[in-house]
Formats: sequence, structure tokens, C-alpha cells
Amino acid sequence: MNEDAIVVEGLEKSYGSVRALCGVDFTARTGSVLGLLGPNGAGKTTAVRILATLLEADAGVARVAGLDVKKDAAKLRAKIGLAGQYAAVDENLTGFENLEMVGRLYHMARAQARTRADELLELFELTDAAKRPAKTYSGGMRRRLDLAAALVFRPPVLYLDEPTTGLDPRGRLGMWETIEGRTAAGTTVLLTTQYLDEADRLADRIVVIDHGTVIAEGTADELKDRVGGERLEVRLEDGAEVEQAIAALAAMADERPAVDDGTVRVGVRRRTGAIAEAVRRLDDVDVGIDDIALRRPTLDDVFLALTGHAAEEAPAEAPEEVRA
Amino acid sequence: MSSLALTLSDTLVLARRNLIRIPRQPDLLIAYTVQPVMFVLLFVYVFGGAIQTPGFDYVDFLMPGIIVQSIAFGGFVTALGLSEDVGKGLIDRFRSLPMSRAAVLLGRTFSDVLLNILSLAVLFAVGFAAGFNFTDSSAGEVLLGILLLLLLGYAFSWIFALVGLYSSTPETANSIGFTAIFPLTFASSIFVPADTMPDGLRQFAEANPFTTISDAVRSLWIGTPANTDVWMAFIWCFVLIAVFAPLAVGRYRKVAAK
Repeated sequence: MNEDAIVVEGLEKSYGSVRALCGVDFTARTGSVLGLLGPNGAGKTTAVRILATLLEADAGVARVAGLDVKKDAAKLRAKIGLAGQYAAVDENLTGFENLEMVGRLYHMARAQARTRADELLELFELTDAAKRPAKTYSGGMRRRLDLAAALVFRPPVLYLDEPTTGLDPRGRLGMWETIEGRTAAGTTVLLTTQYLDEADRLADRIVVIDHGTVIAEGTADELKDRVGGERLEVRLEDGAEVEQAIAALAAMADERPAVDDGTVRVGVRRRTGAIAEAVRRLDDVDVGIDDIALRRPTLDDVFLALTGHAAEEAPAEAPEEVRA
Repeated sequence: MSSLALTLSDTLVLARRNLIRIPRQPDLLIAYTVQPVMFVLLFVYVFGGAIQTPGFDYVDFLMPGIIVQSIAFGGFVTALGLSEDVGKGLIDRFRSLPMSRAAVLLGRTFSDVLLNILSLAVLFAVGFAAGFNFTDSSAGEVLLGILLLLLLGYAFSWIFALVGLYSSTPETANSIGFTAIFPLTFASSIFVPADTMPDGLRQFAEANPFTTISDAVRSLWIGTPANTDVWMAFIWCFVLIAVFAPLAVGRYRKVAAK
């Protein structure tokens, strides 16, 4: 099958007067991970719901695994798995019972559904909790069970709708490792996320979506280039030394460093050693440093760079900083 | 497998799921047992002395009515369960699976039937303890009464399924159930004979299907004049199912999380 696993053309969907999707196009190659990146309300979940046959589009065409999401909906459901922010597991059933139920609803024979449930519990490190009701699980464990449920029937196409939203940093990291290690080779994954670092780590290609429109598309590196990569922020002890600081740091960046209220911002080409190099250069010209940090581009930066406006309703997340 | 066999298999898987959780949610079990018992005791011993039911002991008049009310509200588990499934995204999961579109609701309503049988057993036990007796009724009439009650419970499961699918939280489902349906059970002959009510209310109560069904069960169990109540009661149940089952399935196809 040479056809792309997910082909979306001119997808439109409105809820009353609110246009959730205004003609969205994207494709995901078979076996690749496509990241759909955007803030809350950008239309990501609407797109996933249409592709998962939960919602009908007003206009446009979407084909998944060679099947039309509208006309072949019933057939398509045997080829997709859905997991995401809701962690849709039955809290009153045990982990094992949840997976067995999903297997039976895929019309697997009872013995086969049970074997597969045991297999997945093992794979997702839930064997110890297999006999406990899911309501006793931690947030991370529920997400793992939810993802396991989506993989019961080994679907060729997997939708992950904001798989780490609401998890603590440790839970996110664990979930990333799980997604990387557990989705079988050859599975096409559509991942929606509000986090650039998540798309960066998991996706082969990223589609940036805002107000129901695709505003950029490319690999993580291509997008980061457009955002300007990482920035070094240096607050000076003496604001009067700004010009000397710029002169000293200019060689580290392609663009002239910017100044804002006594803080010099430098778009650095290379992350490694950037802080040490900056400290050395400023020390050489006797410019005192009050504070220095490397700041990774956030979703806000992507949106600022791509649209000229900040991401609306973006998550209240402090920029990730590396303190010297 | 044929699509009918698949629907049946999906329905049983989901009915099993609904029943497994009952003993794990003790509050639901309490709703099924303690609450009807409390109602029987309250009406027989607190209000009973003040209510006149010429020709019958009040407990004999009351039990058919109170069983009608309890069984009608048995479907409430469906409303709570469905609104929870919608809110938690489980309905999204089910709708994304290659399973029967009707199975989630069929599984719910089917497990309600089994719960209603449990509920009936508890109510009979309390009723007999409080002095209820079948009067002038054959075994066939007793069974027909039970069948009518289970059919009524099934009809109300569909009504509550629709309520659950329209409620964003179990609390909303609760308030719809208790503000819309609960008063209807009081404006009927469930607790007191309708002919004691003032004009207006009395006509309303006489037209109320709860009155028809309560009077039908009374005629089968304690030998009150049946008139057309028994036939009408069955027709009411079938009409309710014919109206609310398609509405609930239609809503299920469109329902969304959030």
C-alpha cells in the first residue's frame, strides 16, 4: 500500500457560528508520526474526532488507511485506535477487565481478548495493578491503560489526542517513552499536542494549526529555524554596558542581539556550551552579569514567529529555563 | 457473525460491564435496596394511618404503587452511568470501536432489567414483612403483573438513557430526573386514590400513565376492578419504548465529550 495513511483535504467544520476548521489539509505517510500542534481551541481535537468517525465534517475529504471517514466509517473503525486526554477507561473495572472488554468489542474471541489483555498489561508495566479497579490508578497509569486499550486490536492508525496534557513532568516523560517504545513499527500515529517539545520529540513532521487553519508545516528542525531556535538571555549588572555586551555576543548569533530593559537576548546557533561561551566573552570585556539563562522556544514563540500574535489560551506554563 | 449476532455479543459484553461495577459502587446498591425499603416504611407507617383506601388495607393498596415508582426509577442508574460515560470520554471510545451503534444503550437497558428483578425481590420481601398479601389473584395474574413492571422498568430505562445523554454531569441527570419525573409519580394513584384529589389534579392523575399502570397492577394483584387498565398499561409501555428508544439511539450517535 503506497497510499499515505492519512490524507485530509479541505476539511471544514463549524459549531453554530464558530468555525472550528476552515479548510485544513495535511497528510501523514504510512508508518510516520504526524504532530498536530496548536493551542486550545485551534481545531486539533475536532480534526481527530472527524478522523475517528466521531464527528462528520461539513466539507472536505478525509481518507484514513485507504478508507473514506464518512462513507466507510464502519470499516474504518476496525483500523484505528484512539487514546488521549480523557483517559477513557472505566474506573470501576480493573485494568484487565478494561482491556478484555475492549478486545471483546473488537469481536476478538474471549480467550484471545484475555491473552492480549495480559500481553498489553505486561508491555505497559501494569501487571501488578491488573486486578485493581482503574480508579485506584495514578494519572500516568490511567494514560498508559488508555493507550493500551487503543492498541488492543493492533490498529494500523493510532490517534493520540493530547496524550500528556494534565500530567506532571515526570508523567510526561514516562508517557513519551511509552509512546516511542510501544507503538509498533509501521503504525501511523496522529498526535495532537500543545507542547512544541512534545511534537519535537515524538513527531516526524509537524503541522501547526491556529484558528482552524494550517499556518505552518515541516519537520521540527524546519519549524525551529523559523522560530529562531534557542535564545540566551543575559541581564546585565549595569544597564549602561549594553552596547559592549552586544558587541561581545554578536559573533554567537546570526542576527543582531536584541535589547529589552537591560536584558540582552541572543538567538544562539548552538545550545551546547552557549552559556559558558557567553560568560567568557562578557568576562573578557569586563561586563558584569546579573543573571544568564538559555530559553527554549515555547509554543508562544512559535506562534509569535508564525502569526505575529501570541497563542491564545496557551497553557500557563513557565518557559523552560536552564540556569547557569 | 451476522450483524444481529454482533449486536447481541456487544450488548452482553456491556451489560456484564455494568453489572460488574454494581458491587464496587456500594452507593448504587444502596439506591437499589435501602431507598425503596425506606419508602415502604415511610408510607405504610407514617402516612398510612391518615390515608383512606376503602375496602383495602393501605399496605395492599400501596405496595403495587410503590413498586411501580421504584421500578420506574430503577432506570436512573442508566442516566447516571451514561452521563458519566459521556463526561469521561468512554462513549468516544465505544463510538470509535467497530461495534454495534445500539449496543451501549441495549447493554445498559438490559442490565437494568436484571437490577430491577433484584429490586422487585427486595420490595416483595419488605412488602410481605409489612403485611402485604395478594388478594383474589392467580399465579398467572401475579406473573403478568411482574412482567408489566419489568416492561415498565425497561421503558423508563430508555427515558433515562435519553436524560443521561443530554446531561453533562451525573448531577444534571439527577436534577432532571427528580424535578421532571418524580412529581409525576405523586400526581397519580401510586400513593393515594386519584378520586380524593381536587378537580384539575384529579383529571391529570387519571390520565397519568403511572395511574394506569398502578391500577393495572392492583387489579392483577389485589382484585380491584380492571376495566381497560391492564391492556392500556402494556400499550403505554410499548409506546414509551417506541418513542424513547429511537430518540436515545439518535442522540447517542451525535453525543460528544465535554
